[in-house]
Amino acid sequence: MLKKEIVYESDLDHGFLDEICALPGGHEIKKCIQCGSCSGSCPTSYVMDYAPRKIFSLIRAGFRDEVLDSNTIWFCSSCYTCAVRCPKEIKITDVMYALKRLAIKEGKTKGKKSVVLSKNFVKMVDKYGRNHETELMARYVFEAELFNAFKFIPQGWALFSNGRLPLLPHRIKNIDQLRKILKKVDELGEI
Amino acid sequence: MKYTYYPGCSVMATANLYQESIDAISPKIGIELEELDDWNCCGATAYMSVKELMSFAISARNLALAEPFHRDVVTPCSACYLVLNKTNQYFAEYPELRKKLGQALEAGGLSYSGNIKVRHLLDVIVNDVGPEKLSSLVTKRLEGLRVVPYYGCQIVRPEMGFDDPDDPQSMDRLIESLGAEVVPYPMKTKCCGASLIGTEEDIALRLCCELLRSAEEAEAHCMVTICPLCQMNLDVYQRKVNRLCGTKYKLPVLYFTQLIGIALGLDPKDLGLQKLAVKISKPMKEIFQGA
Repeated sequence: MLKKEIVYESDLDHGFLDEICALPGGHEIKKCIQCGSCSGSCPTSYVMDYAPRKIFSLIRAGFRDEVLDSNTIWFCSSCYTCAVRCPKEIKITDVMYALKRLAIKEGKTKGKKSVVLSKNFVKMVDKYGRNHETELMARYVFEAELFNAFKFIPQGWALFSNGRLPLLPHRIKNIDQLRKILKKVDELGEI
Repeated sequence: MKYTYYPGCSVMATANLYQESIDAISPKIGIELEELDDWNCCGATAYMSVKELMSFAISARNLALAEPFHRDVVTPCSACYLVLNKTNQYFAEYPELRKKLGQALEAGGLSYSGNIKVRHLLDVIVNDVGPEKLSSLVTKRLEGLRVVPYYGCQIVRPEMGFDDPDDPQSMDRLIESLGAEVVPYPMKTKCCGASLIGTEEDIALRLCCELLRSAEEAEAHCMVTICPLCQMNLDVYQRKVNRLCGTKYKLPVLYFTQLIGIALGLDPKDLGLQKLAVKISKPMKEIFQGA
């Protein structure tokens, strides 16, 4: 269901399509024939504000805020089912990633818990060179779900009591090399 | 057969039972996995959601480190498999990306020419070792064991070539070579919710519930998987699935390497079987011991 019942021409952002097309993989959405294979294949479309087919339609019509504020982009689990079934071979998962990054860039992340997890994941990798699952979950709970922390106890205990929750991280030996690579990417600018 | 081994972060932690079983079976089935020295995280789905070029760059560092050994890179994790392969594929497909990745690697004193093949451990065991050889090594045929082959999504997508993206068969053949029975399972490649389990728990739990329901309907003794995140979601979170959906599933979810180990007659403790959150059921124990 669209949030606005009546949308005026002046409310639309006609530059949005061009902006998305400029993102890596973004130009592909012009090929979409609105067949709905993606929405029909998507395991999480049942909870999305707009299933993928509708997202593509909204982008092309210029519904900028609706797209970037939608839960759709954050409920994509990257299973790639849509991408392998798309008859126009659009890399839909890549488009979703591009939308995620655009939403983060524009600060449209309020209440989007997956952003907190992703950002902390990046922190883990930048710090150790590897993910430390235990610390990642602790940081995530602290930042995003402090008042729901008790909710994480059952699985935490199930992992810990079965010896599957190491407390110490593994840091790679040549973390400096990794940081030099990342610094260079920073200079080059994202794609 | 010798390979460069890329374990991935999960098998060092929540999936350490996977690693234990891999260590136990590798010498028995004649594969040598030499760990890539100083490998780093592949970036998984999370890094890509925040920074694109950087995620390709950290992934490419691993490929660059592996290239001098001129061997296939093997990983047991579906997410690592997808990300490393995607990096390889985009490196070949997009000249602009290749150029920038080259510059970034150079800053770290590395280079990559795109000549490394990344493979999943399942691919190696099915296609290099083969079901015939595996079958000849089996000391305990798992007769009567009804198994769901659950592949999850990322091992077969986007199309990697080694198996069908909707109805893969490789693990089916492998399970049959151990003497067990593969049950019909239409949800083979349906997503378990992956990392959404951490952030949008109910959504992922409902997906897991569907997977477990389908397995129960097929009257399976257990599910067998090849992905650390699938195993964790279905195993560690199974009690939560039951609470949310009002079900009473108690279905063990094993790694395929653990099942192989049992059939090879190895000690279940060496295969990390005691680390499963949903313990092996009595009928399964009987099959494992009686076989």
